Amino acid sequence: MLQIKDLSFSVEEGNRSVDILKNINLLFEANKFYAITGPNGGGKSSLAKVIMGIVKPTRGSIWLKGEDITALGITERAKRKMGYAFQQPPRFKGFKIRDLLNLSFGEEKNEDEICDLLLEVGLCAQDYINRDVDASLSGGELKRIEIATVLARNLTLAIFDEPEAGIDLWSFQKLVETFQTMHKDKETTIIIISHQEKILRLADEVIIIADGMVKEQAKRDDIMSRIVKDLECGCNKTCDVGGVAYVEPTG
Amino acid sequence: MLSQLDKKLLEMVADLHEIPQGAYNIRKNGAGLSRNTTGNIDIVNKTDKSGIDIIVKPGTVDESIHIPVILSQAGLQDLVYNSFDIGEGSDVVIVAGCGIHNGGKENSQHDGLHDFIVRKGAKMRYVEKHYGEGDGKGKKILNPKTIITVEEDGVAEIELVQIKGVDQTIRDTEVYLHDNARLIVTERLLTYANQEAESKITVELLGKDSTAQIISRSVAQDQSKQIFYLNMLGKNQCRGHIQCDSIIMDQAVVRAVPEISAYHTDAQLIHEAAIGKIASEQILKLMSLGLSEEEAEEKILEGFLK
Repeated sequence: MLQIKDLSFSVEEGNRSVDILKNINLLFEANKFYAITGPNGGGKSSLAKVIMGIVKPTRGSIWLKGEDITALGITERAKRKMGYAFQQPPRFKGFKIRDLLNLSFGEEKNEDEICDLLLEVGLCAQDYINRDVDASLSGGELKRIEIATVLARNLTLAIFDEPEAGIDLWSFQKLVETFQTMHKDKETTIIIISHQEKILRLADEVIIIADGMVKEQAKRDDIMSRIVKDLECGCNKTCDVGGVAYVEPTG
Repeated sequence: MLSQLDKKLLEMVADLHEIPQGAYNIRKNGAGLSRNTTGNIDIVNKTDKSGIDIIVKPGTVDESIHIPVILSQAGLQDLVYNSFDIGEGSDVVIVAGCGIHNGGKENSQHDGLHDFIVRKGAKMRYVEKHYGEGDGKGKKILNPKTIITVEEDGVAEIELVQIKGVDQTIRDTEVYLHDNARLIVTERLLTYANQEAESKITVELLGKDSTAQIISRSVAQDQSKQIFYLNMLGKNQCRGHIQCDSIIMDQAVVRAVPEISAYHTDAQLIHEAAIGKIASEQILKLMSLGLSEEEAEEKILEGFLK
C-alpha cells in the first residue's frame, strides 16, 4: 500500500549537512496497524513528515498504491486520503472547534455528528464544540482535538505522531480504545509513533527507528517479547510514565 | 427608492436585504432617505447641525435600530452627528455602518461623530461596519469618532468592523465607565493595497468595579499601514484587559502602541499585543486536511477576523 524506497533526508546546519534519515526501506500493507518507536531524536517524526509531504526527502521515493507520490505536496497527499496528526498541533485564534472539525470532515456536519467525534477522543462535546482553538485549551485538549481532525476523515493512511503526549491517563485509555476500534472497523492503514507499551501492543507490526535508520521491523509479539527480554537483562532503560510502562530501547 | 447598488451596500454594512423591521434611519449621499420609529424608539433630526437624535425609552427590550449610511455619489464629503440616549433598563441592538461606492476621480468621505449615553442598568450592543468599493481613482475615506458614557450597571458591547475597500480611516473611540459598568469592544480590521488605518481607543474606568475588555484583531496585507493606540486608564477599583493581535503580510507595516495607566491601587489592567505573520504550522495543518496553501491562508484570515 505504502512503500518507502531508499529514502534519506538531511538538513543543512551551518556549513554541514546532517543526516536525519538514512536509506530507509519500509513497506506498509493495507489496513494494517504499525507502531514506530525508538529513542528521541532518532528520526521517527521526520519520517512521518516526509511520508505526509511536509518535508521533502533528499533521496529516495515514496509510493502509495503503486503511484510515486514523492513529488506531491501535502495537499495532494491529503486528497489521496492520507492524514497526519501533528505532535504539536497549532492553535488558531478565531477558529471554533466546530469550524476545524467541519474542515476535517470536508463538509458541514450537524452538532450530533461533531459531538460523537469529540466523544471518541474523550471530550465532553457540549463543553467544547463552540470553544476557540486557541490558548484557552490545554495541551491535552488540543492534542485530542488534533486526533479528532484525523478521525473525521475517511482515510486510506492515518499517521499519528505521539498521540499520547500530554494526555491524562483516563483519556489515554479512551484513546487506546479509539485506535482499537479504528483498526477493527475502518479500512485504514494506521501508523502511530509512540513510546507507550499499550499502543505498541495494539499494532500488527512494530518498527524501531534509531539514528535515522530502521533498526528492526517485526511482528508485534516477536518484537515485544524481545523488548521484555532486553528489559530483564538490563539492556534497556525503563521508567514509569503515569503508571504505564514506558520502553526506551538504547539501540 | 433603493437601487441595486444601494441594496448591496446596505447588505454589506448592515446585513440588510430590504428595509428593516423596527426603528431605522437610512442616510444616502448626505441626506435622509428613509426612516421609521416605534413606540419605544424615536428618531428626530438635529436642529443645529446635520444628524439625528435617537432616543430609546427606559425599559425597552429586544428592539433594534438600524442607522446605515451609504455613499454612492463620487466626490461627496459627508459629515454627520448622531446622538443616542439609551434609556434605563433597556436592552437594544444598534446596527450602524457605512458603505461607500466610489467610481470617480474625487475622494468620497464620510465622517461621523456619534455620542452615546447608556443609562443606568441598560444594555446596548452597537455594531459598526465599514465597507468600500468601486474602481474609481478617488479614495474611500471613513473617519468615525465615537464617545460612549456607560452609567452605573450599564453594559456596552461594541463591534467595530472594517470589512474591506476602505482606503483611509482614522477611528477614534472614547469610553467612560461608571460604577459596575461593563464594556466589551471587538475590533476587526483588514487593510490591503496602499490603504491606511489608524485606530485609537481610550477607555476610562471611572467607577468602582467597572470592567473593560478590548479585543482588537487586524490583518495588514500588501503595502498597507496600520497603527493602533489602545489606552486604558483605571481610576477606581476596576479591571481592564486589552488584547491586540495583528497578522502582517507582504510589505505591510503595523504599529501597536499600548498604554495602561492606573490611578488607583485596586485597578487591575493588562495589555497583550502581538504582531506576526501566519504561522507555517497553521497553514500546514489545514493543507493536511486537503486545502491548498491559498485556501488555508484564506481560512486562517477569515477565522482570525471573524
